[in-house]
Amino acid sequence: MMEAKHIEQQLRGYILENLLFTKDQSVLKNETSLLESGVVDSTGILEVIMFLENHFGIKVEDEEMIPENLDSINSIVSYVQRKRAA
Amino acid sequence: MCGIAGVVELTEAKHRPADEQLAAMVAALSHRGPDEFGLYRDERAVLLHARLSILDLSAGQQPMAHANGRLWISFNGEIYNYIELREQLRALGHAFRTHSDTEVALCAYAQWGAECFARFNGQWAIAIWDAQQRELVLSRDHFGIAPLYVCEQPDRVIFASEVKAIFALDETLPRAFDPLGLEQTFTFWSIIPPQGIFKGISELRPGHYRIYRNGAATEHAYWQPRFPTCRAEEFAGSLDAAVAALHDTLQQATRLRMQRADVPVGSYLSGGLDSSLVAALGKDARPDTFHTFSMRFEDAEYDETDYQREMAARLGSRHAELLITRADIAAALPEVIEHTERPILRTAPVPLFLLSRRVRAAGIKVVLTGEGADEVFAGYDIFREAKVRRFWARFPQSEFRPMLLNRLYPYLSRSPVGQQAMARRFFGKNLDQWDRPGFSHALRWSTTASIKRFYSEQQRQAVAGSDVIKALLDELPAAFKQWSYLSQDQYLEMVSLLSGYLLSSQGDRMLMAHSVEGRFPYLDINVVEFANALPARYKLKVLDEKHVLKQCAAAVIPPRILARKKQPYRAPDALAFIGAERPPGWLEELMESDSVQQAGVFNEQAVGQLWRKCRNFSGQQFSNADNMALIGIMSTQLLYERFIRRRPAANPRVNFTTHHDLTVK
Repeated sequence: MMEAKHIEQQLRGYILENLLFTKDQSVLKNETSLLESGVVDSTGILEVIMFLENHFGIKVEDEEMIPENLDSINSIVSYVQRKRAA
Repeated sequence: MCGIAGVVELTEAKHRPADEQLAAMVAALSHRGPDEFGLYRDERAVLLHARLSILDLSAGQQPMAHANGRLWISFNGEIYNYIELREQLRALGHAFRTHSDTEVALCAYAQWGAECFARFNGQWAIAIWDAQQRELVLSRDHFGIAPLYVCEQPDRVIFASEVKAIFALDETLPRAFDPLGLEQTFTFWSIIPPQGIFKGISELRPGHYRIYRNGAATEHAYWQPRFPTCRAEEFAGSLDAAVAALHDTLQQATRLRMQRADVPVGSYLSGGLDSSLVAALGKDARPDTFHTFSMRFEDAEYDETDYQREMAARLGSRHAELLITRADIAAALPEVIEHTERPILRTAPVPLFLLSRRVRAAGIKVVLTGEGADEVFAGYDIFREAKVRRFWARFPQSEFRPMLLNRLYPYLSRSPVGQQAMARRFFGKNLDQWDRPGFSHALRWSTTASIKRFYSEQQRQAVAGSDVIKALLDELPAAFKQWSYLSQDQYLEMVSLLSGYLLSSQGDRMLMAHSVEGRFPYLDINVVEFANALPARYKLKVLDEKHVLKQCAAAVIPPRILARKKQPYRAPDALAFIGAERPPGWLEELMESDSVQQAGVFNEQAVGQLWRKCRNFSGQQFSNADNMALIGIMSTQLLYERFIRRRPAANPRVNFTTHHDLTVK
């Protein structure tokens, strides 16, 4: 099973570089809601999903596109872990 | 329309501008008024005028004097009720030498003083110099259709229809961005007058006049948007009565705009309700050939050709079309920014710039447009969105209420259920603030603010501690909270976007770039006062936008146009620059780290990262955030390049056909 730390680092790197355009790790906390804090808007979340599918070899099913799975670094990390374990 | 400019020394005659400086100043406005140039000068004041002749072509030259030579005017715009005002003034004993509205405006000022502006129905930027009292009055129309910039210095005031004329006067004037103007732009999509985008240059607020007397300035509002605060102030009739009254008011507004011109008046046709209705009313108001103009898009997503052609056929107009490609947008942007004189966050102004060129090529100087209807009659999605979110906020646990969002954004109902849950999280932000001023616009403002991620340290520090949203909300009228929620939302929309963006970057500046005057029946003061007094449910009936206007249009426009869902006017944004072809060379240069660093607004690493991301993009559509950031950054960089790093070029060879120089003995 892929280590949580590894997933987190990859994901953080992606979000910082492609959505926040910075290298400053401190601008994003693991528990921050991506939608409520404005890191992504309702269409921007699709970019994150594309990244998850390409990078972690998972397929995000329609019914899985819910805030509980995708709205923070923490929730995405555990979602990806669950998917990869399945 | 025309261009006006001037310089007034506030306390004593000190700097006499050289003739070449004045020529350069007025020449910078020659696209606004290519027909004639005029100058007035005395020991303390200079008024300049670039004329686009529309009324009383043989007379009406400016600057114009009031009979005894005490008052002088430089005037840009139209006073549509000048004939009625002239009758009133005649009855008061005034005589007139011309048939122009300029003389009426001047005479009205002589008679009523600054009270006169509240009597005008029109669009204007006016400078009046009282040579005896040594007093300068600047005034701007109710909604800010005509532009007017002011640069105040300790001992003199410089004003002009466009910033480039101010810069053209004096090369020693500092040219720099105002960080607060940028902060407003990257929050509201626009500056809000009086805030300007360049340091030291402000904009006269719509509905205001300013008087300079003895070295001091005072500013007054002659008009402000008002809405009913109780049932007794509302229009009391039925919906049918409102439809009938609106028809009469709008017909009268359109007639004035068609008939009070000594040249042909055409119309834009977008394919939507608003322009179709004014075109239909316009066609009826004048018997001569009626010209209509439409833009088509190569991208099917933005194109409305079918509807435009159907409406043109119904009108029997001489219809001209202009096909807009992505390459056209990319090629024209630099020139467009020279005219917007401010950053833009989407490319929508560009096709309007190209369309006015087409109008001019057809020999037409004046067009009607449907601009203003969405503000005045509540057409935008933001009004419906706010209504749904307030309804939802009253019972946030409801599963049913947020599903109304699908009615607003049909793409949501076609999206997977899960994605709807994500959208719900997004639109459900700050629901507990539903009763607070600004609730309607908070989502838009926070989405736009994502561009601030690109700020340079310098820009970030310059605006640290300033809160432009709070500043806007702190200045709301005292009665604001007593208005209906819809009125509150409409007011915020008008104040934050109408003058600063819509009437400027998608209005006057794109039209006047090619010497075309726009006329806006929906912004006739009588139409607006009437609409503002209507109960909210007549404008936004449940979720049906512009309800009363649709009823009014039913008799004259095809049912298919009436029934179609409102299509927001958009054009290809980032995709115009990045796609099949290499980005233009100028763009590559502007996005380079040296250029970004030099302009100082954005962080070069962040911009470099965005640029790489966009260049490597292989999908179908950029995200909203990336589109806005890319266009916002490139337009800011262009603005820096063309207005700050270099001085805007102006050809100083101008022949003054009107020349009153009292300093030459």
